[in-house]
Amino acid sequence: MNAIFRKLLANGSIRFGASVLLLLIVVAAIAPWLGTVDPAAMDSGNINTGSGTVGQFALLDGSSVAHTFWMGADNFGRDIYSRVLYGTRVSLLVGLFTALVALLVGGALGMLAGYFRALDMVLMRFMDGLMAIPAILLAIALVAALGAQLWTVVVAIAIPEIPRVTRLVRSLVLTLREEPFVEAARALATPTPVILLRHILPNAMAPLIVQGTFIAASAVLTEAILSFLGLGLPADIPTWGNIMAEGRVQFTQYPGNVLFPALFLVPTVLAINLLGDGLRDVLDPKFAKRSGA
Amino acid sequence: MLRFLLQRLLALVPVLFTVAVIVFLILRLTPGDPAAVIAGNNATNADIDRIREQLGLTKPLFTQFMIWLGGVSQGDLGYSFYLGKPVTELIAQRIEPTLSLAAGTMALAVLVAVPLGTLAAWRMGGWLDRMLSGFAVAGFSVPVFVIGYVLIYIFAIELQWLPVQGYRRLFGEFSQGVGAWAYQLVLPWLSLATIYVALIARVTRASVSEALTEDYIRTARAKGVTEQVVLLRHALANAAVPIVTVIGIGIALLIGGVVVTETVYAIPGLGSLTVDAVLNRDFPVIQGVVLFFSVLYVLINLLVDLSYLWLDPRIRY
Repeated sequence: MNAIFRKLLANGSIRFGASVLLLLIVVAAIAPWLGTVDPAAMDSGNINTGSGTVGQFALLDGSSVAHTFWMGADNFGRDIYSRVLYGTRVSLLVGLFTALVALLVGGALGMLAGYFRALDMVLMRFMDGLMAIPAILLAIALVAALGAQLWTVVVAIAIPEIPRVTRLVRSLVLTLREEPFVEAARALATPTPVILLRHILPNAMAPLIVQGTFIAASAVLTEAILSFLGLGLPADIPTWGNIMAEGRVQFTQYPGNVLFPALFLVPTVLAINLLGDGLRDVLDPKFAKRSGA
Repeated sequence: MLRFLLQRLLALVPVLFTVAVIVFLILRLTPGDPAAVIAGNNATNADIDRIREQLGLTKPLFTQFMIWLGGVSQGDLGYSFYLGKPVTELIAQRIEPTLSLAAGTMALAVLVAVPLGTLAAWRMGGWLDRMLSGFAVAGFSVPVFVIGYVLIYIFAIELQWLPVQGYRRLFGEFSQGVGAWAYQLVLPWLSLATIYVALIARVTRASVSEALTEDYIRTARAKGVTEQVVLLRHALANAAVPIVTVIGIGIALLIGGVVVTETVYAIPGLGSLTVDAVLNRDFPVIQGVVLFFSVLYVLINLLVDLSYLWLDPRIRY
């Protein structure tokens, strides 16, 4: 175990990506203690307050607190800094859960398709159809149908990713099932679920983790896009996309409302992508060679 | 050749059928009664019944699907709930801005990315190569609307060189000519092209660098062929197939990017049609646009497959 960790930490991309991600997790967790106010609170005295202003913020209960508007306030008098920090929570949760859902469902389907040949044909044709629909459009249509809540957004972003995971796992299973150790397990009358979970799955873990990291990065982006288009989580939930969507209206006068959330969004996606690149190089060198990176 | 074409077209049938099933079922995913959802909050029971009848929701699901599919196969995508017009008419009205945006972006991206990727492969590890790989990672991490707003901020607000938003038609009575059209589209093209430059340049670099290790390259150099000809005639020509493939795959990303870019630049295309349709819960329009883009994506990738024949004479179907 230690040897693997040392190998992972020797990689610069992993060190950088993981550090940034860790910092974001800490920020998300301790957001209430980082000089923030209630991200939903509107203070009519602070409409469009400029960034860097030191002043007073009137809370919902009528009391007033000293507050620094690091990133200014929006056209409802809400503090952008507080909203951006709380928005970190949504982005990270969506990224994590989307990757988990896509890996679990896609992994299960891929193992079934790879191991049970009868199922393969039907399932993979369905996946071909799913892949023919451009991912963002499919996510938009699903959100439209399911309504926008945290779990529906996660499902809507995960579904277009599932076919890719299914294909990956299926191809891994097709190779692994011919390996001598699987043949040996079968000869010992090992039940099929045990073969799949104990013998095949552990050997498919590395590419799955890499794939999951990239899915998380694209999920953070897609969630921001959905919110930005006004189709994602309800506007009262502070997400980076929602803050930018609201800032859009007065972008020419107050560009900060769009650009400050972007200063969080871009490094987050970049960090997850770099982490994925690093993990791929260390855990899955065959794939690294294949993709020419 | 003809047999191959027929085979490929036949292979599309199950894919498109599955797409149709998925697109049809999306409406049925809606929790509760779709008729009530469509009728809105102020509807009476009679309204809801009328809509249910109109949509054929009283029939069994399979019958509904066959009726819908029958219409779709004849080019009838139904009527918009919100605008009352045929979906095909709405798509036809909105297609020009979307195609202008998409085609221009693709052309720009290919023109920039292929030379960049080729040069990076030629001097692997050099400054251009390192800059390009940094740019590739960054290009995948910056959403198109962020690039869009940064460009608007710099070129439209601060420098005031280019217009902030809007679209000028290329064809029809309101057209002000190619110049006005292109001037208005410069920023949208640049915003959307970034990610494709990253995508295509990365694959071009990988593909060309692999071709450069081949024996025929060494032979060409040995017989005194200039580096320019080695790169273009020998390396790039043999590296074309993966590049064209990634351009085809990139169409799906491009379609998603178009939806977002149209919103940023207030371009009245299919993307803004989709966003409005979702906000109005106008399901026939959503279904129509998703189906339209999926068919387009599948057909473009068929063309990509066919282009292999021309790009690589070794491939014989």
